[in-house]
Amino acid sequence: MIDLMQHLPILPVVIPMMCGALMLATRDGNRRGRLTIGFISIMSQLVVAIMLLCMTAGILPAPWADGVGVYLLGDWPAPFGIVAVVDRLSTMMLVLTALLGLSAWIYSTARWDRAGVHFHPLYQFLLMGLNGAFLTGDLFNLFVFFEVLLAASYGLALHGSGRARVRSGLHYVAVNLVASFLLLIAMAMIYGVTGSLNMADLAARAGELAGPERRLFEAGAAILGVAFLIKAAAWPLNFWLPATYSNAAAPVAAVFMIMTKVGIYAVLRIGSLLLPTGAPAAFGGEWMFVVGIATLIFGIIGLIAAPQAERQASYCAIMSSGTLFASLGMPGVTLTGPALFYLASSVLALGAFFLLLEMVSRTQSFGAELLAVSLEAFDLEDPEPTEMSTDVVGVAIPAAMAFLGLSFVACGLLIAGLPPMSGFIAKFTLLSAALTTAAAAPGPGTWLLIGSVLASTLACIIALGRTGMRLFWSVEDTITPRLRLSEAGPVSLLIFACIGLTIWAGPVMQYFDETANYLGTPSAYINAVLSQNPGRIVAPTGVAQ
Amino acid sequence: MELILSLAIGVLAGSGVWLLLRPRTFQVIMGLSLISYAVNLFIFSMGRLVLGEPPVIDPSWTGDASHYADPLPQALVLTAIVIGFATTALFLVILLAARGFSGTDHVDGREVRK
Repeated sequence: MIDLMQHLPILPVVIPMMCGALMLATRDGNRRGRLTIGFISIMSQLVVAIMLLCMTAGILPAPWADGVGVYLLGDWPAPFGIVAVVDRLSTMMLVLTALLGLSAWIYSTARWDRAGVHFHPLYQFLLMGLNGAFLTGDLFNLFVFFEVLLAASYGLALHGSGRARVRSGLHYVAVNLVASFLLLIAMAMIYGVTGSLNMADLAARAGELAGPERRLFEAGAAILGVAFLIKAAAWPLNFWLPATYSNAAAPVAAVFMIMTKVGIYAVLRIGSLLLPTGAPAAFGGEWMFVVGIATLIFGIIGLIAAPQAERQASYCAIMSSGTLFASLGMPGVTLTGPALFYLASSVLALGAFFLLLEMVSRTQSFGAELLAVSLEAFDLEDPEPTEMSTDVVGVAIPAAMAFLGLSFVACGLLIAGLPPMSGFIAKFTLLSAALTTAAAAPGPGTWLLIGSVLASTLACIIALGRTGMRLFWSVEDTITPRLRLSEAGPVSLLIFACIGLTIWAGPVMQYFDETANYLGTPSAYINAVLSQNPGRIVAPTGVAQ
Repeated sequence: MELILSLAIGVLAGSGVWLLLRPRTFQVIMGLSLISYAVNLFIFSMGRLVLGEPPVIDPSWTGDASHYADPLPQALVLTAIVIGFATTALFLVILLAARGFSGTDHVDGREVRK
């Protein structure tokens, strides 16, 4: 049994790869077969992710020590072979991916998976790329898994085809290809200077560099940072995001929410490893903070200006990235724990929001949205209904409309960060940690952060409140949509996950704080990776003949 | 040799960036291809330039690493070429689809009004 457990860290990559390949062996018309494989795959990924989380948190017995599991692929020791590393940060991201992946997948089975070919295999490969990016301990494999998830995301962003999708897909692909080239250039430079691509080894070697080599390394790290910032949608590298996300099919847009967080994960991971020897510009300190605040302000402006609910959701995603960068850019690790809590809460909430908006848009008659916007723009009153029935007070709300309305309110509260949902806890702890930091090291940065975060909350309330009124109250001829369980279920699942985060905020926050402390002292990670011995005996043969 | 290689990388990358910023989709894809050549050559050069040396250690090992070419960048370049090729092919398909949908080869899907 313990032997099997040793192979657990690689399963989140192997399961979706095998299942995706198996799906390709079946015909596209064999929907039942593909659904079965997809369900088994995603459920087992969720189980494996939760088991790994419990093992790193010390709830389940783990075959490794100190909460860092190192899996040597091909059984070669660390700087030479490829490693997969599970620790508190990566398992948390795995669980988030699996949860969001499951919800968006269930939603897609209602109708969207039939809008084009090969939805299910692409979806599996996207999950494979995401899981791999979170697990790898190697810079080049990070690039490879980025490419796997991007290649799948190109296919998914275009799923359903149509003029708007293809046009924004073209921009998305072009921008990400350039980002991939930057990633390659950066990796080549870092390899050229340090002679290693293993992240732990890199962290150990970066401190030994001096003079021109150190400057070259910093340049490489800066280019690496730019590549990650493009993925994470930081201003001014995020103009591709609103068009792509708002035009993508709803389940695809929902699962894309975790994709911007991959960039943040990469920045956080590499920044934490390089921190003891002086983090290069992009990965810590002042630059990340400035970028975060700029992203946040850009998000606020975009959110207020956006006419369409889907575009507003995209700007909410940008704001979430901005908040994360700004709080991670603050000095010390006190803000990292609350920032991780905010990450979890905002990923789940925004995923639910994208799914919900597609259902809400079905209630609108054609052109209603356009009419509402122009009425607002020209400051006209809504056309008064001529026949007001006075004898019937209060018409029974259809259950579907009630569900949509309640879910919209819940998502709005979560995204804006108002009580009583987990978004409030996230922002509250974030701001209180910022004040603690300010007490130790006063400066204008803290007040800038607090001001921007509060302004973003206000912008969310204004924009989402306006949209909610337009969608639910001010339209005369709403069509009550027929919702299936497979559509309403995933949204409820995500919202209930957020409620779970609220109820168990104590233990969850403790986990995130421990993660933050662990990230603050990366020697645990570096030692675990570099001291992991292969299971077999390596004898020096064939060299000294 | 260093001069020739760096000139080649510079010219390829420069032309690639210029083409990438042009408004026609075909120019963009040519630019992406040129940049990918430049990047691949750059990865190669980061393993240090050596001439006529094998990347594989032979049994009569002399103990001097300068007699060997670094095999790792070669493996990286191979992966990068494959991935770059695949994604460029995908971009070509999207380019054709965009041309079909919009009837123009402008990257924004519509001509700029003058």
